[in-house]
Amino acid sequence: MKNTGKIVGINKNMITVEFEGNVKQNEVAYAVLGESRLKTEVIRIKRNRADLQVFEDTRGLKMDDVVEFTGELLSVELGPGLLGQLYDGLQNPLHKLAGELGFFLQRGKHINALPEDTKWEFTPCVKPGDKLQAADAVGTVKEGIFTHRIMVPFHLSDRYEVVDIAESNKYSVKEQVALIKDKRGSLIPLSMMFEWPIRSPVTLYRERLDPAEPLITRIRIIDTLFPVAKGGTYCIPGPFGAGKTVLQQITSRNAKVDIVIVAACGERAGEVVETIKEFPKIIDPFTGRSLMERTIIVCNTSSMPVAAREASVYTAITMAEYYRQMGLDVLILADSTSRWAQAMRERSSRLEEIPGEEAFPAYLESTIAGFYERSGLVRLRDGSTGSITIGGTVSPAGGNFEEPVTQATLKVVGAFHGLSQERSDARHYPAIDPLDSWSKYTGIIDNQSRNHTVRLLSKAHEISQMMKVVGEEGITLDDYILYLKGEFFDNVYLQQNAFDSVDMATSEERQKKVFSIIKEIIDATLDLNSKDDARNFFNRSRQMFLDYNSSEWNSNDFFENERLIREWFHKYRKAGTEIETHIFRQALVESEMDSHFSRAKTAKTKKGERLTMVKEENAEDIQ
Amino acid sequence: MQKIYNKIIQISGNVVVLSATGIRYGELAVIKSERGDSFAEVIRIDGKLVYLQVFAGSGGVSTGDEVRFLGKQMEVSFSDNLLGRVFDGTGRPRDGGPTLTKNLIEIGGPTVNPAKRLIPSNMIHTGIPMIDLFNSLVESQKISIFTTSGEPYNELLARVALQAKVDIIILGGMGLRYDDYLFLKNTLESEGSLSRSILYVHTAADPVVECIMVPDISLTIAENFALHGKKVLVLLTDMKNFCDALKEIAITMEQVPSNRGYPGDLYSQLAARYEKAVDFEDAGSVTILSVTTMPGNDVTHPVPDNTGYITEGQYYLNNGRIEPFGSLSRLKQFVNKNTRDDHRPLMDAMVQLYAYYQEVLEKKAMGFRMTRSDNRFLKYGILFERNLMDLSVDISLEKALDTGWRILSECFDPEETGIRTELIKKFWPKKKQ
Repeated sequence: MKNTGKIVGINKNMITVEFEGNVKQNEVAYAVLGESRLKTEVIRIKRNRADLQVFEDTRGLKMDDVVEFTGELLSVELGPGLLGQLYDGLQNPLHKLAGELGFFLQRGKHINALPEDTKWEFTPCVKPGDKLQAADAVGTVKEGIFTHRIMVPFHLSDRYEVVDIAESNKYSVKEQVALIKDKRGSLIPLSMMFEWPIRSPVTLYRERLDPAEPLITRIRIIDTLFPVAKGGTYCIPGPFGAGKTVLQQITSRNAKVDIVIVAACGERAGEVVETIKEFPKIIDPFTGRSLMERTIIVCNTSSMPVAAREASVYTAITMAEYYRQMGLDVLILADSTSRWAQAMRERSSRLEEIPGEEAFPAYLESTIAGFYERSGLVRLRDGSTGSITIGGTVSPAGGNFEEPVTQATLKVVGAFHGLSQERSDARHYPAIDPLDSWSKYTGIIDNQSRNHTVRLLSKAHEISQMMKVVGEEGITLDDYILYLKGEFFDNVYLQQNAFDSVDMATSEERQKKVFSIIKEIIDATLDLNSKDDARNFFNRSRQMFLDYNSSEWNSNDFFENERLIREWFHKYRKAGTEIETHIFRQALVESEMDSHFSRAKTAKTKKGERLTMVKEENAEDIQ
Repeated sequence: MQKIYNKIIQISGNVVVLSATGIRYGELAVIKSERGDSFAEVIRIDGKLVYLQVFAGSGGVSTGDEVRFLGKQMEVSFSDNLLGRVFDGTGRPRDGGPTLTKNLIEIGGPTVNPAKRLIPSNMIHTGIPMIDLFNSLVESQKISIFTTSGEPYNELLARVALQAKVDIIILGGMGLRYDDYLFLKNTLESEGSLSRSILYVHTAADPVVECIMVPDISLTIAENFALHGKKVLVLLTDMKNFCDALKEIAITMEQVPSNRGYPGDLYSQLAARYEKAVDFEDAGSVTILSVTTMPGNDVTHPVPDNTGYITEGQYYLNNGRIEPFGSLSRLKQFVNKNTRDDHRPLMDAMVQLYAYYQEVLEKKAMGFRMTRSDNRFLKYGILFERNLMDLSVDISLEKALDTGWRILSECFDPEETGIRTELIKKFWPKKKQ
């Protein structure tokens, strides 16, 4: 007997339903509209009435139309065949939909996420009599380049014993591969797929670990100055046109992880198209296979239904948790979390909840925190580790970082890559502002050198501001050299040419090497006697470094360019007297106290604890 | 089956409420009042209460007026007969011609499957160097002109409409001043382009609800022409008025406003329209060029801000010129690699030099002495503005590129431009002896 209800109210994508039996919060129900069934989710229950958000267009529904409750929470299918797919926010495969429906999406149309006709080569890894619990593997299949563990479904919370296990052969996802029994002796058949509700985190691991290992994105400004850790979180806020999406695309190509899940949430469809069409053609240098084989795209673009947009980030993270359970490193790129927050806002406003700041619901912060907390590096029960790293873009209204979504996100992430309009206008890509951004993770460069270079950049920025007022003539040669050093570092290291086949991705090894050369130049006292001298030296150095950056790693060109740079540099290097070195260091220390950088940092903690901490760091530096 | 009621319970703003059963969400009704008939759309159902948004406004509607439900959604006629015609926001003729009733289609159809979209690849030539050369307009692009009241944005739209090589132009006017409407219509007429155009015009004097219909109708018609293999350019002016109409209705419905009174779903509403821009495989395309006026030239205002996140770029129209800074066509890299091999480097070099010219201007204003090289930049700036930025300049892309090289050669030595040597060799104009 199906549990059904009747529609008693419709307001855009929200329907109110009167029911008699029992209804579960967040359970899925279908509104019957002629031939089609519109998927909905229960989001509020008041006495015998439930408010349901509809994942599709509600036009045509009327009073007393039937709603069928399923008793099941909103779930996704998990099993082999997820990789390489393009899904909408509710895990409908879009390529398959296009094959059936043509140009347009049609409401009420659902297709199973996993291809049912594909046969997978199954290899068992347990034998009858073995004891198992949820998430333990019963066997494996080869999915592209990965060994995909076929696991005991996550929702089976008991301890089980294997009764029967299929032998090595090809099976489709729905065929039985194992039979297990619980303590009471009831038998449970297992296939290669199962479902899991998207709003519940999967926590079948032994412990969460400290994310200490850096995740290499091969973007220099990130890896060197503002690193991201495996299992960590980071956010990229920026006004429109600053290059958020491009940065995400570059990361999705170059990041050194096993699996990338792109959650295109409420953004332009055109941007996803680029990924869909390009990725199958790009060969991943680490695996030698097409990038698409390690990618899943969940795409609920801006004109697709808003409620499904809200669900789409959870769909993405649930699939990530599934692969983490196999001991893999997964990176989720959510673009953009602001659109997701706006979807929550629309829902909240239809529920007529009391609004918080800028009409976002009061639970905005806890929801954002809950999402980012599903990241993490974990040790699984078999001792192996897996991780989920989340990188979310934020599209702050008016480019103003003070708005609620940015602020709520900043509280819960470990690294902040703020994009600036100025850098993007000046074509300084990636437009991550080194004076605004921060990271709490340890990267491939030691923290002291990191802080040191950031200070140099902030001092250089200060001098350039001064030059705008007093002109080049108004500042000392020492300051001018400092300024040029900052510019130089920015030009040849922080900026990266996404169109150059070599420069677009810099390996960890190469970054360490190039950084050490640059650091030598920055730290050295140079034999430059006039501003023209200095300008010429750095212009020439810059040119040489740009050539160096675009020469293949360890090629002849590479060594030749390196030799030229060293030769050129040694010509101008001079042994600095103790006083000169001190003056140089002093300059950088002062800048920490009063520069934009320190203001940005201290503004974040109003109590001033941060400021004293920074001062102490400096004190050590001087000694 | 039509249902007729004549007991309206509540009238507020443009929304009337009555008690009715069996009514579908989104259904259309006709209200007969002493001021004439008006369409109305069901925008909310709450138990037996049905909320209707009255297109012509609720002025003069009486509680005893007859409300007739049509059992269908908003539809509009689609055929080649539309070409050359002018309609209002609900599809009624504005030009005295016959009402079209054949081949009705529902407006505001479903979304295109992202898997079926194509990577854009065709440039739309406009004859405006600031667009063609610096921020190319691309087929299937959605892009907005960010400007302020008083700027010649409708003139710019008209020029693009006349010169763009597309099959069909659909103009959606929202809250247009009557003069502007006449200007746009007369320009299209006098240049002989009206026969390939369709106008849906809502003027400032018309009921505000009709304003909201304009983009939906325009884009539905555009989409259908595109499915029939036509390249369609949709011009929407001014989207700020559309957003203000949304705001007005949201507030009438007592929705919680999010930012400066605009409804929280402003982004989704705008995206639902702009995302109609598309390139169909083996069929036509829809390109959207809209106008967004920014109050006080403030780009952080919710309307331009949300628009910027949705559209694929923007043109800043300021002081009668399209600014090279801030203006951005996100799709230009798909087309400017296939035009002429000097297109990209020349574009980058000229913008960088122009940026330097701005710095020199600043320096000059602060009273610093001008060096010889500074004077070159001053000359460059003037030539650039006069020969390329001025909106009256009307030349092909080829010509614009040549003009660019000529300007560079008149002001600089080749090595000052930062362009690769091979290109200099190929394109640098030879000195006349």
